[in-house]
Amino acid sequence: MEEAVKMQTPKPNVENQEYWQAAGRGVLVIKRCIDCGEAHHYPRAICPFCHSANTEWQEVAGTGVIHTYTVMRRERPSTVTAYVTLDEGPIMLTNIVDCDVDALRIGMHVKVRFADADEGIRVPVFSPR
Amino acid sequence: MTIRDKAYIAGIYEHPTRKAPDKSLAQLHAEVAIGAVADAGLTMADVDGFFCDNDVPGLGPISLVEYLGLDVRHVDTTETGGSAPIVHISHAAQAIASGKCSVALITLAGRPRSAGLSANPPPNWDVPELPFEYPYRSSVLNQYAMVAMRHMHEYGTTPEQLAWVKVAASHHAQHNTHAMLRDVVSVENVLQSPMIADPLHRLDCCVVSDGGGAIVVVSPEIARSLSRPLIKVRGAGEAIRDLRGGRANILESGGVKSGAIAFEEAGVRPADVKYASLYDSFTITVIVQLEDLGFCEKGLGGRFVADGRLISGVGRLPVNTDGGGLCNNHPGNRGGMTKVLEAVRQLRGEAHPAVQVPNCDLALAHGTGGWLASRHGSATVILERE
Repeated sequence: MEEAVKMQTPKPNVENQEYWQAAGRGVLVIKRCIDCGEAHHYPRAICPFCHSANTEWQEVAGTGVIHTYTVMRRERPSTVTAYVTLDEGPIMLTNIVDCDVDALRIGMHVKVRFADADEGIRVPVFSPR
Repeated sequence: MTIRDKAYIAGIYEHPTRKAPDKSLAQLHAEVAIGAVADAGLTMADVDGFFCDNDVPGLGPISLVEYLGLDVRHVDTTETGGSAPIVHISHAAQAIASGKCSVALITLAGRPRSAGLSANPPPNWDVPELPFEYPYRSSVLNQYAMVAMRHMHEYGTTPEQLAWVKVAASHHAQHNTHAMLRDVVSVENVLQSPMIADPLHRLDCCVVSDGGGAIVVVSPEIARSLSRPLIKVRGAGEAIRDLRGGRANILESGGVKSGAIAFEEAGVRPADVKYASLYDSFTITVIVQLEDLGFCEKGLGGRFVADGRLISGVGRLPVNTDGGGLCNNHPGNRGGMTKVLEAVRQLRGEAHPAVQVPNCDLALAHGTGGWLASRHGSATVILERE
């Protein structure tokens, strides 16, 4: 187990601030299009599939599997960057934390948790479950 | 309108420097511009079209056109990352074919090595994906590493196969007196180099260099008036590829589209290509491009490159005979320019004799600019010696 690396702090904007507010409450949300039904990530006001502006935030359990990952060995402690396939379909860039980096595998089941950044912002990351 | 046979590459120049602490960025652009124009047998006064991307100092072409003392009637600054110079060949050919210019100058330069690697610009929070990447320390390195990891998982590609891309580059670079890395390396050398981002070792990564290059594209009439080999632009394609809301296959690059467009326009097939310049920011980049351009089936890129099959005189498809980004240079972290320059040298018969492909009459140059695992610009050009 390695100690988590301090997260770099993102700056929310009017289009995505609800995502960060939810993360602050410990909830992962994604965007789903009411018209075509498709979920996407990262979240957008306009659906990237059918271009409808009729999109809504959806709370999700934050469970998925590792689609691919890499261990940044030069960092101390090592950072794991990954794409996680959410159960709702989209892949999501993230870090895998609180894990044995040498035991990670593609297809491993993971669950969201939230890491502290500066300015009170919390960032979704994932751990093996 | 097609660009096929409507434009020729008359002049090329590659800056010999790999570290330029004593030169400004504008100065590097000027040196490569003057070098390419002279190579064509033209003068700077003949240039009536200027093409550059965001590596120039200033707002688009505005500062450089003045700095270079150009009198142009056509400009283009399409930005697709490291593939931009290849896009610019296509756009220059389009401009020439439609009468907008007749002597197009394309320049690229950069000095990241002298400036230091830590000189990252402040984040631009208007970039929509940035808040969803920045916290996770997303970088070119870890994005390409994740492609390599997934490629291995899905297709059984091995670290040894990745390493063969570097081995081939090093075999070529030993003959290039300007190359940053000239030692021939083995598969074992690559695998024994430090792990940087699993599964990429240090020797799976390209060099960081200063330098630059320039290309002069001209009309058929001007090309025939010059005493240079006739290198014809036969076909070109471009594409932007992205994550499509998180639903894309990260192992498929924009080369699928840009390559298909270029081959269609050129009226040739991958099997006809005698030499290929393929963007080699990392060893995995070459493997994905070989698959997506149709040189082999998807998933078989690892087998395609193994056992020296990219080495000129040895393998089935000579690739990056100047040593490429893996061993020669990667000026300004943008490798598309040098990919075209070596393709033109091969077609002219001006490559180093040890790596020159016999009777090289059809070559391809391809670039993947940006991040392979998320969003990138791909560009392909097919060139022919007349």
